[in-house]
Formats: sequence, C-alpha cells, structure tokens
Amino acid sequence: MTEASKFTGSHSLLRSLEHEGVEIIFGVPGGAILPAYDPLLDSPIRHVLARHEQGAGHMAEGFAQATGLVGVVMATSGPGATNLITPLQNALMDSTPIVAITGQVPTSAIGSDAFQEAYTTGLAMHCTKHSYMATDADDIPNLIHEAFHLAATGRPGPVLVDIPKDVLNQVTTWREPHLHNLPGYKPTVSGHPMQIRAAIELIERSERPVLYVGGGVIKAGGSDQLLAFAEAVNAPVVTTLMARGAFPDDHPLALGMPGMHGVYTATTAIQKCDVLVSIGARFDDRVTGNPDAFAPGAKIIHIDVDPAEIGKVRAAEVPIVGDARSVLIDLLSTLQARRDPVDHPARDEWFAQIQSWKNQFPLAYEQPPDGPIKVQHFIERLYAITGGEAVIAAGVGQHQMWASQFWGFRNPRSWVNSGGLGTMGFAVPAAVGAKTARPDALVIALDGDGCFQMTMQELITASTEDIPVKVVVFNNGGYGMVKQWQNLFYGGRLSAVDLGFTYPDYPKLAEAMGCVGLKVDHPTEIDPVIEKMLTVNDRPVVLEVVVDGDEMCFPMVPAGGSNDRIVMTRDEL
Amino acid sequence: MQHTLTVIVEDKPGVLARISAMFSNRGFNIHSLAVGPTHQDGRSRITLVVDAPELEQLKKQLNKLVNVIKVQEMEPAEALEREVMIIRVSAQPSTRGEVRDTASLFDARVIDISSSAMTFEVAGTPQHLKTFLEHLGPYGVIDLVKSGRIAMKRESELTPAPVVVGVGK
Ligand SMILES: Cc1ncc(C[n+]2csc(CCOP(=O)(O)OP(=O)(O)O)c2C)c(N)n1
Ligand SMILES: [Mg+2]
Repeated sequence: MTEASKFTGSHSLLRSLEHEGVEIIFGVPGGAILPAYDPLLDSPIRHVLARHEQGAGHMAEGFAQATGLVGVVMATSGPGATNLITPLQNALMDSTPIVAITGQVPTSAIGSDAFQEAYTTGLAMHCTKHSYMATDADDIPNLIHEAFHLAATGRPGPVLVDIPKDVLNQVTTWREPHLHNLPGYKPTVSGHPMQIRAAIELIERSERPVLYVGGGVIKAGGSDQLLAFAEAVNAPVVTTLMARGAFPDDHPLALGMPGMHGVYTATTAIQKCDVLVSIGARFDDRVTGNPDAFAPGAKIIHIDVDPAEIGKVRAAEVPIVGDARSVLIDLLSTLQARRDPVDHPARDEWFAQIQSWKNQFPLAYEQPPDGPIKVQHFIERLYAITGGEAVIAAGVGQHQMWASQFWGFRNPRSWVNSGGLGTMGFAVPAAVGAKTARPDALVIALDGDGCFQMTMQELITASTEDIPVKVVVFNNGGYGMVKQWQNLFYGGRLSAVDLGFTYPDYPKLAEAMGCVGLKVDHPTEIDPVIEKMLTVNDRPVVLEVVVDGDEMCFPMVPAGGSNDRIVMTRDEL
Repeated sequence: MQHTLTVIVEDKPGVLARISAMFSNRGFNIHSLAVGPTHQDGRSRITLVVDAPELEQLKKQLNKLVNVIKVQEMEPAEALEREVMIIRVSAQPSTRGEVRDTASLFDARVIDISSSAMTFEVAGTPQHLKTFLEHLGPYGVIDLVKSGRIAMKRESELTPAPVVVGVGK
C-alpha cells in the first residue's frame, strides 16, 4: 500500500462523521489537523472554509439552531482551537448541539510547549458539555459516536474531540460504533407521572396561569404539543428570547417576550400570575430581573430536561425532570384522561386584565416621516414585505431586542440568536450556517454595525461558497446598547461607544467581499430597497440601514431591578 | 456547614480536573478531597468534604458531569470517616516520655525520631485527630501533613460512633 492508500485515523474520522449523517463541516485547516483534510477531498461531506474559526463555530451553531441537527466545526490545534472558545461557550449557554473536532500536536510532543500547542481539552472543560482526547485511532468511531450522542441528547450542547496528529496518522480499521461507555450519562426523558398529575391539578385550579416557555421547547421539538396544551388549559404563553418561534406570536394566547426588554404584558403577567409553568426555561436573570421579586405570588411548575436547572434560581412546587415534548404530551393526555374535570375557575378576569395591559402598554416607537429611520419601523416593514417567511439571525444589542420584539415569529427554528452569552458577531456566520442548512429559506441577518465589524469577513465565505444570505446592518454609528446604559446609568458620559457613521463604507465593503451592497437612509426608501434586496438571490446582500443613533430600547427593567418596575420611556428613569 | 460526599467516577483522565473546575467555577469550596480506586475496575471513588449551606445544586452539578456515575451524601452520623495524619512534634529528652505517653493514648505510632523531635502517624475519625492535635500541640508542632478524608456509609445504624481512646474532652 502507498502512504495515501493506508486507512488511518483521519479516514476513520471522516467515515465516522459520514456514519453520523454529517453532510457539512465548517472549518479552517492547519498543521495538526492536516491529515484530516486529505480524506475530506474524497468524502461526500461538504466543507465550508470559514475565514476565522469563531465564524466556523457560529456557522455550526446557526446550522444546528435552524435544523436541530448537530453542527460540526473543525479546526487545527493551538490558535485554531482557542478561536473556538467563544462559539463553544455560546453553544453551551444556549444548549446548541455542535461537535468540534480539533487537531492536536503529536502525542509525543504534548506537554512540551510544542509549536501550536494548547491544552485544548483543558480549555474546553469550562465551555463544553463534554470533551474527549483521542489516544488511539481505533477508538475514533466510538468517540465520535459518543460525542454526537452527548451533543444531541438530554440537554443538548457542544462536545469537543481533540485528536493528536499521530493518532490521525495511525493505521487503523473502522468498526461500527457502540454506546457502551457512558455509565454516568442517562438523561431523563419522561416526567414522573405523579408530578405530571400534580402539575395538572395546579394548572386546572389556577385563576391566573402563565406558561413560561424557553428554548427547551424548540430543542425538544415540542412546539405543536405546546400549542395543543396551551389551548387545552387556556393559559397565556410568554416566550423567552431563546423560545421565539416556539409559539406563534399571532395566537390570541401569545404575550411575547418577557424580561429586561420584554413586552410589558408578558413581564407583568408573570409578576401577577398564581401558577407559573416553566417549560424548558431556566429563570435567567434577563428574564427574572431581581429573582427575589420575580413572580412573587406564583406557585412554580418547573419542567426541564436538566435536573440542575430545577431549583437553581427558584424553588419549584412541582419539579418535573423530562424532555419538554415528552412532558407536554403526558400533561395533555393526563388532562384529557381526568375523570372528574374541575370547573376552571373563571379566568375571564385574568384575560380581561391581560387585554387591558396590552391596550395600555403596547410596544411603541415613533417614526418621524422625514427620518431618521427607526430600527423598529424597518423591521416592521421587512416583516410586512416578506410576510414573515424568513429565518432571522440577530447580533447582540439594541437591534437584537427590537428584532425579537417586532418580528412576529410563527415557527420554531426561524430565530437564530445568541441568548445566554450575548456574543457580538454571531449574526453573520450564524446566518451563513443556517442558509447552508435551509438553502430554500430566506435567511436574513439583522445585525448591528458593531457586531457586523466583528465577523463580517464570513461574507467572503458566503460569496465564495455560494451561500446567498441577506445581511441588514443597522448603522446607528456605534454600540447602541452600551450607549443606552451610559445615557441612563452613567449620566450620559459616553465612553468608547462611538463608531462613527463614516467608516466603513458598507456598500463598498460589501462589493469588495463579493456581495451586493445597498444603503438606505430615508423612511420613504425603505420598501423599495427591501424589494431590491429580495430580488438578489445569486449572491449575498448587505443592506446598510442608517438609523437614529439616539434611539433607546424600551420597555426596560434596569439590571437587577424588580420586574414590577418596567420603564416604558426614557423620561421615567 | 461541612458535608461529606462520596462520588463514584469513571477512572478516566481529566475527571478530577473536571470536578475541581466545576467547583471553582460555581463557587463551591472544597475542604478536603481524597481519590482512589474502588474494588471495581475502571471506577474511582472521590471523597469530598465541602463547605456549603446546601448541597442540592452541587450534587446536581456533579451528576451533570458525564464521567460521574454516582453521588452520595452522608450525614455525619451515618458516615464512617477516616483521616491519616503524620505529625512531627518537638520532644526534648525532658519531655519525650510525656509526648510518647500522650501519643500512645491515641494509638499513634512513632515512625521517626531524632534528638529533638518525634514523628507520629495517627489514623482515625476527624474528631480523633483533632483531639490528638489539641493534646500534642502544646509540645510544639514542627510539621504536619494530613490526608484528605475518606468515608463510607455505615451499614448498621446501631454501630456506636467510635470513642476517642482514653482521653475525654
Ligand atoms: C463580543 C462582545 N463584546 C462586547 C460585548 C458588549 N456589548 C453588548 S451590546 C454591544 C454593542 C453592540 O453594538 P451594535 O452591534 O452596533 O448593536 P446596537 O446596540 O447598536 O444595535 C456591546 C459592545 C458583547 N456583547 N459581545
Ligand atoms: Mg450599533
């Protein structure tokens, strides 16, 4: 056999990935991972060459968020691996299933401060669900199989497999993998029947219930079950930032997003409810505000696949460990099987109260006819023109909050977003990843100028690899969200938040990266430029929207404050 | 408050690092830690003594680690706990007899001796070691090393707690 025809760890790796059903890998090659890039040439797996490993990682996340499949990212040792830390932590916080494959210096060199050596599994210890170091090529099929299993099951998350170069080069054989090696990993799927019954009792007797829905519902594929359950128990639904799309916003029971920049009614309904049913949500501080003042009168039913979430922030009267979809199915069947259905306490008053909040405190902004453009208005126009039929990715900042507030989500996996970590630069690569997963969908990144400048080079990837995403850059001349905090809490002393409106020239920059570049700065030109953007389908498009640099995002509950004190306008602070 | 936990883990590289990383990340304090093999191949037992107001979240976070197989908390009354200590005490010819007599009350063995010091090994419950130290301390401790606590759950509820030999408090 010639060198090239030997079956090595690298071949085993590719074969294993194919066995897991992988069709696409996002990555950047380099010394230690070189052996794996050779058999990649002969594999049916598509490789998307990102321009930065962070971008590759977010692409894998975007792919995973848009599909529910495991995203795969590959990088070399040392700097390749360290560049992955942000997407790994991002995926950990948002429970996104990705598998990262990293090259490592040869086994004999490990621990010697070799060229491009980093203690990758050590770094990954803090930002993955689990990590592996391969020490023998014969183990690769099982390691990869375990990695995919861990990433996708239970509470999903990132898993890293570090493979030294000599292991990639080691002659081996491929064997059908088995899961025999995880004695400490047994996620609970079904909720306990007794707790399910207790939950139904509590919900049925509740006068003011609220379903507090988190990203777990989307991960579990439980949106249909949620809809059926919400209608069956006739309870209003709030969807957290991670759960946008889990429940249709145009449904009469939908209250929208709660929390720091949530809809008044969603946040307040939680405060006033008597039973709060948390489904795949984790009482994040952006939702609860001051946790001691959160939903003070509520009994809590907490459904989560991760037992560690239950009781972490707030004690639950009815804890249910289980997968959201499975638990919703059981809740529904238990409800339907009830022999002596109690009369619901009249909830008319509750719904009337909710309606009056909706009327009194809607999301509001003012669009002056002559400009400047308000982000909120642009998003409403984009929604109207596209009919909401799009997958939306967002950056982090004001524009993200407005996207969540003003886009009416109807379907799960139509919102690709960095929630837990709040990673600027997420939108562009995540949109690229989502578009590879759903080539027929209209994929639009709603990005901030600050965020865009962190990872915009992935548009070169998009142009080169023929991934026609649309990127809307809301240019408010700076870090709007940070500026808002400085205006509100630091007496208007603006420090390091001004990016200016002059540079870069976004349309030119877009053209230079192989995209169509567009710009709009007047309200009357919004519709035509959106139409124009939507006609381009053979290339990525960047649309710069010059917007009001002084607009603030409301409602707002100042960090750590009580959710009873929602600030609706800047005059109230 | 101190709690004793026994954690059965897979004997794999990095397991201890994962556990201590989780502890430091989540702000839990490890008071003492002992690791060793069990009677089962591929399994290690970690005995942890932690300072924490409550253990629920800690146990859940431990269980969340993929390599952790079982976590068990032991109430002081149901735990068989042992520590080992090696202690070097100043022992001049004039005090040597006294030192040795005191030590023998605690079943401590002399394992080294020089013209001015004696070194003992002593094993027992944490309380036993503590009392031993209180009695030998006044002679002048030169050096001391203590193992992490190891523990196993009592089978019988009737077994009385071992009494400190000879010396009451
Ligand atoms: C990687 C990273 N660095 C810093 C921050 C802190 N941060 C949060 S929002 C923000 C400004 C975002 O600016 P831009 O993308 O223009 O969005 P805008 O708020 O203006 O809509 C910053 C710097 C962050 N979230 N992520
Ligand atoms: Mg901005």
